[in-house]
Amino acid sequence: MTTSVRPATGAREALETTRGLVEITKVRKSFGSTEVLKGITLSVEPGGVAVIVGPSGSGKSTLLRTINHLEKVDAGFIAIDGTVVGYEVRGQRLHELREKEILKQRTEIGMVFQNFNLFPHLTALENVTEAPVVAPRAGKPRLSKAEARERGLELLDRVGLKDRAGAYPRQLSGGQQQRVAIAQALALDPKILLFDEPTSALDPELVNEVLDVIRGLAKSGTTLIIVTHEMGFARDVADTVVFMDQGQIVEQGTPQEIFTSPREERTRSFFSKVIEPAFNI
Amino acid sequence: MSSTATPVAHSAPEPASAGTESAPGTTTSGTAVAAVPGTDVPAPGAGPGTAAPAATGAAGAAPAGRRGATDYADYRLVPARHPWRWVGTAVVGLGVAGIAWSLATNPRWEWGVVAQWFTAQSIVNGLLETLKLTAISGALGFILGFVLALMRLSASPLLVSVSWTFSWIFRSTPLLVQMLLWYNLGYLYEKISLGIPFTDVRFFEAQTTTLISQFAAAVLGLTLNQAAYSAEIIRGGILSVDQGQLEAAAALGIPAWRRSTRIVLPQAMRAILPTAFNEVIGLVKGTSIVYVLAYSELFYTVQVIYNRTQQVLPLLLVATLWYVVITSVLSVFQYYIERHYSKGAVRTVPLTPLQKARKFLATHAPATRETAQERGTR
Repeated sequence: MTTSVRPATGAREALETTRGLVEITKVRKSFGSTEVLKGITLSVEPGGVAVIVGPSGSGKSTLLRTINHLEKVDAGFIAIDGTVVGYEVRGQRLHELREKEILKQRTEIGMVFQNFNLFPHLTALENVTEAPVVAPRAGKPRLSKAEARERGLELLDRVGLKDRAGAYPRQLSGGQQQRVAIAQALALDPKILLFDEPTSALDPELVNEVLDVIRGLAKSGTTLIIVTHEMGFARDVADTVVFMDQGQIVEQGTPQEIFTSPREERTRSFFSKVIEPAFNI
Repeated sequence: MSSTATPVAHSAPEPASAGTESAPGTTTSGTAVAAVPGTDVPAPGAGPGTAAPAATGAAGAAPAGRRGATDYADYRLVPARHPWRWVGTAVVGLGVAGIAWSLATNPRWEWGVVAQWFTAQSIVNGLLETLKLTAISGALGFILGFVLALMRLSASPLLVSVSWTFSWIFRSTPLLVQMLLWYNLGYLYEKISLGIPFTDVRFFEAQTTTLISQFAAAVLGLTLNQAAYSAEIIRGGILSVDQGQLEAAAALGIPAWRRSTRIVLPQAMRAILPTAFNEVIGLVKGTSIVYVLAYSELFYTVQVIYNRTQQVLPLLLVATLWYVVITSVLSVFQYYIERHYSKGAVRTVPLTPLQKARKFLATHAPATRETAQERGTR
């Protein structure tokens, strides 16, 4: 059932291919008596773009949060470039890593949240420069304040917000806040970027400015795993679309396969509800 | 075809738009001319017969009120009047004046005596002791309180229960009792030593009575009591910060201590500060309780003096006035510290009283009022 997500274009293959391979193997997770993830196996190639879709409560967000160990898995494991996340393999056992080691792993995995979660008491630039200065990084030195500042301005420029560097999050629109959050995640130069419904809290007119930034990242060689309800965007940007329901992967494939000729009845009925008729033309 | 014609028909009966709003008018007319060669084409509009003559008539001298609704845009705004507010102000003002008059004229307040003692050396010494006690036990109390709050929020059941028990004991015993207990610790334990329990190893040993002076007992009592209360205040502040903030910080790999001090605490401060200043102001006056240890802070000094001179009320007034002064200064600090931590939480940082005064003068200056009137009569 393991299908790989391959970089679609030749340009992407030219980039280094050892960075950002995500392998999720037989992952299970329960909250109390509810099993949210029922044995998920999924693999995303370096530089690939996987979009996870599915109804609310299907476990999409939880799956995403297990990848950077914000949620511990109950069974199974997740490996990034062959290294298990959150645990150390010693003999036949997985020993839970100490806080500092987990933080190191997390600096390789950026995450963008539905509600932005910017630090409201810090300016846009301070939000972006905080982590590179203080986070323990694997194989890389921490940045000095001046270096972080330079890099921060560069990243804010990249998301089109250089002139708002001194603004506090509350002085920015939702779309601008989410773009700052993307710059914040990029500041650690991660191999993998996780997006947890990045446009769900935005006004419709602000959605595109965020999606455009993510589209730009899809071509950068960073592995992207995106949970979204924006089907048009998913079709546009994804190498692989993964349809999840009730804690399981129902099916996965290219956008073409999943959106136009889904094999499973469950997938078909879901898309018939969420995609406007005009889209299928 | 109809979609291009509709805006033309809509703009036609609006006389003002033809003459004054030139920018949109020219663009629509440009496309309209291209689409509509003659003037008789806009049939889909509501009143095709009247629309065209109205437009030509507007070019002449049609008044603004022709559409039925009057244009109030140039009318002057008159604020609502509040006569009862003035009545209330007068009543309160009269009351305040009465109190002030009685304070000034009743000879039994003995203002002369108050003035004589207010800056006396012994009083100032007492005041300094009060400030010293407040500063030391306030600072130590809040530091210990912060540690206790973190313990209480930690994942370790032992730390949680130790913190809980500490708060439970010190909040449920009267401060007066705690104070006397610390001072009389020598009665319970003659010597205090530091070593390994149940062995003879001692690193340090001293007579309790030499170790715990009046000052030490006062600081100990006030600090521990303060810590118990401030722990709860700080814990409340930390709990008020959105969980997503911690999650985002953890996802970015920010270390735990930094998450507490840089991300959570500054945001918690907004909830902590008002109550914390309540506590500090309470502590300023609360230090007066150490008079039971015969410690010569402000209140004890005043007592000693009036026992000698029998001028009880004027001397209590001296102490009271000093407490008022300290509290006032603290309130000013509070205002500016709260303002500092409000950045990011509000879209614009509130003005300082000085800035407010400047703004008031600027907006109420005669020159600007004239321009406002000009706008009204134009």
